[in-house]
Amino acid sequence: MSESAPKGTLATGMEGFVHDWSSDQQVFKGVPWGKAMMWIFLLSDTFIFACFLVGYMKVRIAATDPWPDASSVFALNFMGVEVPLLLIAIMTFVLISSSGTMALAVKYGYERNRKKTFALLMATALLGLTFVGMQVFEWAKLIEDGVRPWGNPFGAAQFGASFFLITGFHGTHVTIGVIFLLIIAFKVKRGSLETQRPGFLTGRKGRYEMVETVGLYWHFVDLVWVFIFAFFYLW
Amino acid sequence: MSDVQGQQHPLSTYFWVWGGLFVLSVLSYLVDISPFEGLLKWSLITLFMLLKAALIVAIFMHMIWERMSIALTILVPTGVLLFLMLLMAIEGDYISASRLAFFSQ
Repeated sequence: MSESAPKGTLATGMEGFVHDWSSDQQVFKGVPWGKAMMWIFLLSDTFIFACFLVGYMKVRIAATDPWPDASSVFALNFMGVEVPLLLIAIMTFVLISSSGTMALAVKYGYERNRKKTFALLMATALLGLTFVGMQVFEWAKLIEDGVRPWGNPFGAAQFGASFFLITGFHGTHVTIGVIFLLIIAFKVKRGSLETQRPGFLTGRKGRYEMVETVGLYWHFVDLVWVFIFAFFYLW
Repeated sequence: MSDVQGQQHPLSTYFWVWGGLFVLSVLSYLVDISPFEGLLKWSLITLFMLLKAALIVAIFMHMIWERMSIALTILVPTGVLLFLMLLMAIEGDYISASRLAFFSQ
């Protein structure tokens, strides 16, 4: 009854379940485990941001008060002229630049160019910090203008709730991304990815795919901003 | 495992995509300050948004060089979100109509 299945045949039932899940079968062939799992995580994150953006769409459609005009709400006074969306445009360019430096960091990582990889990762982190700093400024300005999650002087009350939730959640992602970038940059500089030194927390061996994995996360943060920029600020 | 070389693509590919993203961002900003209104404005914004997203996912995130199993696992569920969007748009319309019918003074 409890004898093990003969070699070459697959066990069935609960035993088969255990066998299958403990075997070395895999769906995502040719990619490191960490990279495949980062993709799966990003898929789940996509659903979270999609829920926020779709929710924003729904409350905006259903709102009976006029929706505040983003162009003028987010206008910035520059040398006496009201420039619409000035800060948001700069934030967009900062984040796209950081995506570019990240892509190059991955490339130089695979070329085992530690100096360039480190410098590009640090540049990415710095641009990310710049972005978060500008977002703090934007929040402070809006709060000063009287925008609250439950109401604002410009129109529909749902505007504030959507704005603080969506940009706040995105800003949190950027902040976490900066922390991860700094950790990986430190590992690159120390040479941990070369010597496959186990990580302090996870014990996983260092390898240059880690640069690409953290890069996937960072590009995703930029990707989400593309949608926020279009749907929240431009629409 | 030192034989793993990872993704190797020419530098120019990245710079072209980088430049493309900048140009598309400028274009979508120009649409916002232009006098375009209604359907034209919305479709242009959406077009530039989708192009930027495609460039980031395909090149920067290396999706076009990945195996089909990863690409489909990520892109198909994401595409299904369009259905959620459609449902919520219908629902929002209904709530809006109800509010106007019963709560407007």
